[in-house]
Amino acid sequence: MDVSAEAKRIMAVSISKLYASRAQRGGMRLHRSLLLSVIMRSARDLYHSACLAKEREELGTAHLVPVTPEEDAMDTTANGEQVEVEVSQVEPEPESPLTPPIQEPMSSDSGAAQGACKTRTFSGKETVEDKENRSPVSPDRHSRKRRGKASVAPDFLPSKRARLSLELGEERVLRTGRRNCCRAGDAFTTLSLNSNRAIAAF
Amino acid sequence: MAGAGGGGNDVQWCFSQVKGAIDDDVAEADIISTVEFNHSGELLATGDKGGRVVIFQQELESKNQPQCRGEYNVYSTFQSHEPEFDYLKSLEIEEKINKIRWLPQKNAAQFLLSTNDKTIKLWKISERDKRPEGYNLKEEDGRYRDPTTVTTLRVPVFHPMDLMVEASPRRVFANAHTYHINSISVNSDCETYLSADDLRINLWNLEITDHSFNIVDIKPANMEELTEVITAAEFHPNQCNTFVYSSSKGTIRLCDMRVSALCDQHSKLFEEPEDPSNRSFFSEIISSISDVKFSHSGRYMMTRDYLTVKIWDLNMESRPVETYQVHEYLRSKLCSLYENDCIFDKFECCWNGNDSVVMTGSYNNFFRMFDRGYRQDVTLEASRESSKPRSVLKPRKVCTGGKRKKDEISVDSLDFNKKILHTAWHPQDNIIAVATTNNLYIFQDKL
Repeated sequence: MDVSAEAKRIMAVSISKLYASRAQRGGMRLHRSLLLSVIMRSARDLYHSACLAKEREELGTAHLVPVTPEEDAMDTTANGEQVEVEVSQVEPEPESPLTPPIQEPMSSDSGAAQGACKTRTFSGKETVEDKENRSPVSPDRHSRKRRGKASVAPDFLPSKRARLSLELGEERVLRTGRRNCCRAGDAFTTLSLNSNRAIAAF
Repeated sequence: MAGAGGGGNDVQWCFSQVKGAIDDDVAEADIISTVEFNHSGELLATGDKGGRVVIFQQELESKNQPQCRGEYNVYSTFQSHEPEFDYLKSLEIEEKINKIRWLPQKNAAQFLLSTNDKTIKLWKISERDKRPEGYNLKEEDGRYRDPTTVTTLRVPVFHPMDLMVEASPRRVFANAHTYHINSISVNSDCETYLSADDLRINLWNLEITDHSFNIVDIKPANMEELTEVITAAEFHPNQCNTFVYSSSKGTIRLCDMRVSALCDQHSKLFEEPEDPSNRSFFSEIISSISDVKFSHSGRYMMTRDYLTVKIWDLNMESRPVETYQVHEYLRSKLCSLYENDCIFDKFECCWNGNDSVVMTGSYNNFFRMFDRGYRQDVTLEASRESSKPRSVLKPRKVCTGGKRKKDEISVDSLDFNKKILHTAWHPQDNIIAVATTNNLYIFQDKL
């Protein structure tokens, strides 16, 4: 739990920095925003891996197979394009931020769990991506809507963004029964989506 | 050892001068954002967050004290950039001077380029020490005389006057950068220069302001796929066709403008494989290069990332030839440094005149020098406490753990608000300019 708490904290710090940078004189700095989003993505991955590891401990392996793709489907809905990016980033670099020892938050036990968890997550995401490619009509219309929106319109409309986040949050709560872990994760996944779109808004 | 300096390990650094306000309450506009010696070292320019440029000139060595080098005194001060507003994007454009670069001197006047986030300006700094007097049609105070009252003619003559230094903007290079300009670099041909922002590098002719050529563009078609940005760029000191640019991923690309008009394809890629034992959550951030500088010889280049200074041989792309740890004790503190934003600090670095020593800044107003030949390094401090004229600077040491010795400072006691981001070394002599937040310290070696 230390790992996920630390990851959550780093994500919260990153998100608050990203939002604070909007009010900065001179506008958002692309370099800084990029670094913040890199950290936030790593923290989010770490957090989700930690959650999955925790779930596996609680429920046992048999229950996890149906849950994992669904959870990653949630990730996909939250970050449509980003999953593709992540997979492409993960593939050439098998040593992702998750697997090697990470200084502050990780212990060796959770490291092993994370390594195993990461493999599962990775394959889960691959499966999800294949699904996306095979069926162009995605059941999740938010994903398609967002994709078009992100590449066309800059992110200047706070009211629309808030509504979208709210919809996502509601959607996710409906689709899963894993309330404890995932609700907190929802908020972060949603907000990390916004950071991604913050980069896209440049 | 007492100090690190060019040519030997017996250089002792002494305090020479400090410029700027003494009080601790720092006005944001006074924060120094760039420091640069001109090519002769006679002039030292600083830029600040308020958009001002202050130029100091070295006094001629006095005959009374031949052993002392001349002091630097204010030569000219002018407002280079003003805050602007981009109405289309609803964004304010800061007036902070990001970089100053001097042009090589060709005539009596001096020229420099100064840039903020969006606009580069060419300034001419010229002296006026004579004034014409004795006009026929004008009075001495400038009022025009009634021509009918003129009965005799005389030739106006120049009379000496108090020296006046004038700075005038000769060119304004605007509207070429969508993102924030981080570097400018004058070509060795003295006719062109480059300007780099986060995603693009443009080539300008110093005479032409209404168009520039884009020579590097790393903007992806889909911005969500962005993985790295340009952090610094510089022209080679002798080869007018060569320049380098560094990235936020820790790579340096060398480009040859003869190969193609658009230099998206690099000629050389300098990248060091990551040490897996040092891999951490913040590895990517700390590998981002904040500064790149060619050596005066042009054979080497130096890069600064958050924790190290690396020297690269241009003939070897696989790894640097030398790596110097600036403040390795911070590696275990990266999480805190991320929270207090210090991990985003962009430190610069510089070479001494003969490329034997390199210097860079750190926290607690410390700065570090690395002697490449003698493999020695020293940590010095720029502080008001050690500011007695010609007092020798005492080397400082940071205690990384265990028992703290006398005169050592522990890592937790370091003041991370006191950072030295900008340093400059005189092109010939052992004179250095070190900028703390709002003060400029000048040190020189003990003669």
